[in-house]
Amino acid sequence: MSKFLLELSYLIGSITFILGLKMLASPDRARKGNLVAAAGMALAIAGTILFHEKEGAPIGNIPWILAAMGIGTVVGWLMAMKVKMTAMPQMVSFFNGMGGACAAIISLVEYHSHPEGSAGYLLIVFLGLVIGTVSFSGSIVAYGKLDEKIKDMGGRYLTYLNLALLALIAVVTTLSVVSPETFGHSSLWILLGLSFLYGVLFVMPIGGADMPVVISLLNSFTGMAAAFGGFLYGNQVMLTGGILVGSAGTILTVLMCKAMNRSLLNVIIGSFGGSASGKAASGDQTVREITLTDTAILCAYAGKVCIVPGYGLAVAQAQHICHELEKKLEDKGVEVIYAIHPVAGRMPGHMNVLLAEADVPYPKLVEMEEANPGMSNTDVVIVVGANDVVNPAAENDPGSPIYGMPVLKVWDAKNTIVLKRSMRAGYAGIENELFFLPKTKMLFGDAKDTLQKLVGELKDL
Amino acid sequence: MADFFLQHQEIIYIVILSILLGIEVISNVPAILHTPLMSGANAIHGVVIIGAIIVMGHAHSDDYLALILGFLAVLLGTLNVVGGFVVTNRMLEMFKKKK
Repeated sequence: MSKFLLELSYLIGSITFILGLKMLASPDRARKGNLVAAAGMALAIAGTILFHEKEGAPIGNIPWILAAMGIGTVVGWLMAMKVKMTAMPQMVSFFNGMGGACAAIISLVEYHSHPEGSAGYLLIVFLGLVIGTVSFSGSIVAYGKLDEKIKDMGGRYLTYLNLALLALIAVVTTLSVVSPETFGHSSLWILLGLSFLYGVLFVMPIGGADMPVVISLLNSFTGMAAAFGGFLYGNQVMLTGGILVGSAGTILTVLMCKAMNRSLLNVIIGSFGGSASGKAASGDQTVREITLTDTAILCAYAGKVCIVPGYGLAVAQAQHICHELEKKLEDKGVEVIYAIHPVAGRMPGHMNVLLAEADVPYPKLVEMEEANPGMSNTDVVIVVGANDVVNPAAENDPGSPIYGMPVLKVWDAKNTIVLKRSMRAGYAGIENELFFLPKTKMLFGDAKDTLQKLVGELKDL
Repeated sequence: MADFFLQHQEIIYIVILSILLGIEVISNVPAILHTPLMSGANAIHGVVIIGAIIVMGHAHSDDYLALILGFLAVLLGTLNVVGGFVVTNRMLEMFKKKK
């Protein structure tokens, strides 16, 4: 009977995961979808604690399990509730790393208790360990980099080193499975060390602009690691949940790569981002500055204004004031839209979440494919803290590292105003020709501060 | 090869169907929901906690390494699950507000 109840809870759990993911695809049902999946998870966990049996023995150490879950719940809840919306990407990355570590530990303990077994068993244990560890160390580095605690580190040598490491991991795994006596029990520790190092070095050189792809990839890694746990225990819910996330995450990663014109192989080898060199800045080019008052007048008498948000908006926490500017302009009869680049910010849809937080209505958020044809009849484009996603080099400079990446063609608009803190290059480290175009005007300063003053100027008009 | 297939037929079906299902579910998601989706998927792979509970639940009471690591695994898995779902819910709450 208990076996039946256990499997029933797993079946329901699996169904809720699928339904939950499916519901997350539609804006109205997304929240319910998340709750449905959470309920299924709770059921599967409760089912495991109550009904799981191994060789007739029920789950033991229950007080300790509940204690660990209690601590995890309180800490996880607090972290998730306290994190600022702008820091969301690193939070997701952090939680992802915890899942990876959990998967790796499962393999460690399993091997520690049963170091001998069939080749299939060993392969599952080692793959779970390797993928879980890479996901853990990679996610933690991604977390540190997004939180600006860790700096980029790049160079061509790292690419080769990573390739060599990956090959080494493959060789050691194969040897440990085919002839377990080669390394004996130490193969576990060798693989643990190598994978940890690989995870760190694989994320290290990746530039901020490419972070979304990496987080998504690591997310699918953890899914796969969870699936290996499912193989290990013949556990259906771990299997379906893990594989579902593994394949969904991989597809999401591929979609993002496409949006940035990169191949998945490039991501795995870790050869992009920081190593990008691009065209050097030519000192004789000048930029045109614009005053706040002129900006206010230009916008107030425009027919159509398009706001292009980027990571700078998130850093400056300027989403609310941005919404205020939009309302002020609408009061004056100006049509305002937001043009959202798919990889603006540090996660796909990052800008959407931020602007939703500031109560910007959905229909105002226009995706790149729809926004670009409308640029030519836009009077003013306001670029708030975006850089690489509005770089014309992606279209006209075959030597640029971002050549071929679809970008927002803001230069088609009648005027472009760029809000920027300084003339520093974007995350990909490339000079942006847009700033030097005759139609472009620069408005230097902190995004939040500048927008606030701009709203003030508009009030006075 | 044939033996392997016949022995593991059931699991091979589950794996392949789950992969296709994952692809199918994702390919219909609008870019706008990518972040909550990634976060939601992140919470779902927290299902790995079940493995951690099994490890911990069947560890011998004198096997301290297994007990300590198992405890840690359950804790980290819970962080993944709870944090993941709560963060996703917070994100989606904001989408809901304005309509």
